[in-house]
Formats: sequence, C-alpha cells, structure tokens
Amino acid sequence: MKIDSLKNKHIYWNPYFGGFLLGILIIFTFYITGRGLGATGAMKSTVVDIVDKVAPTHAEQNAYYSKFIEKDESPLNNWLVFETIGILLGAFISGSLAGRIGWRTQHSPKITARRRLVFALAGGILFGLGSQIARGCTSGAALSGMAVLSTGGFITMLSIFGTGYIVAYFFRKNWI
Amino acid sequence: MGPLIPNGVIPGEWSYIIALIIGLAFGYILEASGFSSSRKLAGVFYGYDFVVLKVFFTAAIVSVIGLLYMDYLGYVDISHLYVHPTYLWGAIIGGVIMGVGFVSGGFCPGTSLCAVAIGKIDAMVFVGGILIGIFIFSELYQYFEPLYDGYFYGNITLMDSFDISPYWFVFIFTIIAIISFVVVDIIRKKRKTIFYN
Repeated sequence: MKIDSLKNKHIYWNPYFGGFLLGILIIFTFYITGRGLGATGAMKSTVVDIVDKVAPTHAEQNAYYSKFIEKDESPLNNWLVFETIGILLGAFISGSLAGRIGWRTQHSPKITARRRLVFALAGGILFGLGSQIARGCTSGAALSGMAVLSTGGFITMLSIFGTGYIVAYFFRKNWI
Repeated sequence: MGPLIPNGVIPGEWSYIIALIIGLAFGYILEASGFSSSRKLAGVFYGYDFVVLKVFFTAAIVSVIGLLYMDYLGYVDISHLYVHPTYLWGAIIGGVIMGVGFVSGGFCPGTSLCAVAIGKIDAMVFVGGILIGIFIFSELYQYFEPLYDGYFYGNITLMDSFDISPYWFVFIFTIIAIISFVVVDIIRKKRKTIFYN
C-alpha cells in the first residue's frame, strides 16, 4: 500500500480538482436526469425490500414502507440503487489503482478498534435516522440541494456541519 | 433542451445504465479525493484536514454556476430541475442528528460506501448502522410523521426565501468560499499535524 504513516503520503487528488470534477458531475446528472445525486436512497430501498420480504403484511400496514412498495415491482428497481452499485464500483476502481484496497479497521492509535466500531455503529444509526427526517443526507439534501439553491438543502448543510463543530469537542479522543 | 430524460430526449430505458455510470464517476471522485478515510474526513471538525470543506464548497459553486449558465444559454430549463423540498424543522433536526452521527462515525453515507468498497470494516459497520437507523425511523414513523411532513414550505429556493438575485447570491457565495479556503489553510498550519494511515 502506498501509505506512509509518518508523512501522510496518501496519493489523493488535489481537493479543488476533485471538487471541480464533482461539480461537473452534478451538472451532468441534473442535465440528464433532472435530479441530483444520492446515497441513502438505496439504503432505504434495501431496508424496505428486506422488511417487505420478511414481513409483507407488516410492511404494507406501515405508513412509511408502503409509500415505497409497488405491486409486482421490487423496491430495488430504483435509479438510486443502480447509482449506488456504481459508487461501489467506482470507489473500488479508484482504490485499486492507488493501492488502497485491504481489510482493515481504521482508527486512531489512542483508541481500540472495538471502540472505533462501536462509535461507527452509533454514528451510522444516527445518520440513518437523521437522513430520513431531513429527507436526504449530505449527498441528496445538502450537495444536490445546494446545486439548485434549495433553501432546505442549505439549512440541512448548515445544520449538519454546525452541529459537527459543536459536538466535536466531546468526540475528540476518537480523532485527535 | 435539458433535462434530457424527463423531456424524452434520451429514452427512459437508458436511465439505469446512466445511473450506473454516474454512480461510478461519483464513487471514483470521492475515493480519489480521500473521502474513503474517516480520519481525513473528521479533520474538518478538528482543523487538521479541510478536504471536506474544499471539495464540498468547490463542487457546490461549480455546479450552481454551471447550471445557471446552462439555463441562461438555453441548454437546460432550471425550473424543470428537482428542487429538494423544504420541511423547515425536519431539515434542522435531521441535520443536527446527522451532524452528531458524522463526528461519531467519521463518515457520511456516500463516503462510507466508498470506504466499504476498499475494504474498511468500520465503514461496513457504519452502513449497517444506517440500515438500522432507517429501520428505527420506519418502525416509529407514526411518532416522526408530524416532523417529517410538517413545516412544509414547498420546493423553494433561496431566491424565494430571501428575494435575492441568483447571480448576486452566487457571486457573494463564491467570495465567501474563496475567503474560507484561505482561512482554513491558515488554521491548518497552526494546528498540530495529525498522522494517520
């Protein structure tokens, strides 16, 4: 792996270059599809699909799942699911070319891998919950929302990062 | 004239192939920019790495300027684009919960997918957590529904909310972003360097 832990020599792109390409991609996505990018949408479809398979009557009676269940069509037949498969492929290609592939738990040397995983799980649960309440995550609500100057997109962006800075102090041991 | 699929210029059958290609580019850009590393991402909250802010703001500015230009030149009708709806308190409270999740987990959903793709176990646990979080929300939907469906202001933009010209707004927004790029570089140099692998 091309990682020098003493000098942080990760071979990453210049952030402005990455940001520029990401901006072009968002323009392209809106130009072709009329909508933006997303990441949690596919995970929601996965949850709906699992619940629908395991307990179909429960899913139909639940006011939230039933919004996304159509007769004779799997919830996974969805634009965002295919886009998410693409995300995994694209990241895998990039990681392969840079030599970053490998099973590992990344954590600060000051904490154990176990502690890192517990906080990762808690963070995931909160993100899953919050993304449903705000109807989108950093990709779907904040980034794609900001591209079309959506008021809600800006509010969500400010709310995520503002809160991040407020609570960062309490989580500092995990990171610095 | 765009958007191409909703206007029937590209037939709808193509949409899943296009989705795959767009996702591929999205994943590639995020991973290559370093978004598959939670310790790099978390740097934005502690001042040792501002890649999140730089990529995020650059992308937002490029995309909003590009879309305004394409609208001006007649390639795309900006009023036909999907504007993320504004549910005021849902956006605020959802954002607060996600903010805590970001600092605790070190990822957001899109970046966690990139980290899963290169084999990070912490990211797989994070994605598992997201699925649990969505499940909890869905099961308790009746209690969340007033927040989820309430305080609805429509699919409004900042132009509707503040009665400002989009061109002036983007100009000011760009200036703010450039100033922030300079300021965060100064902050980063003053902070202790954090090494991670």
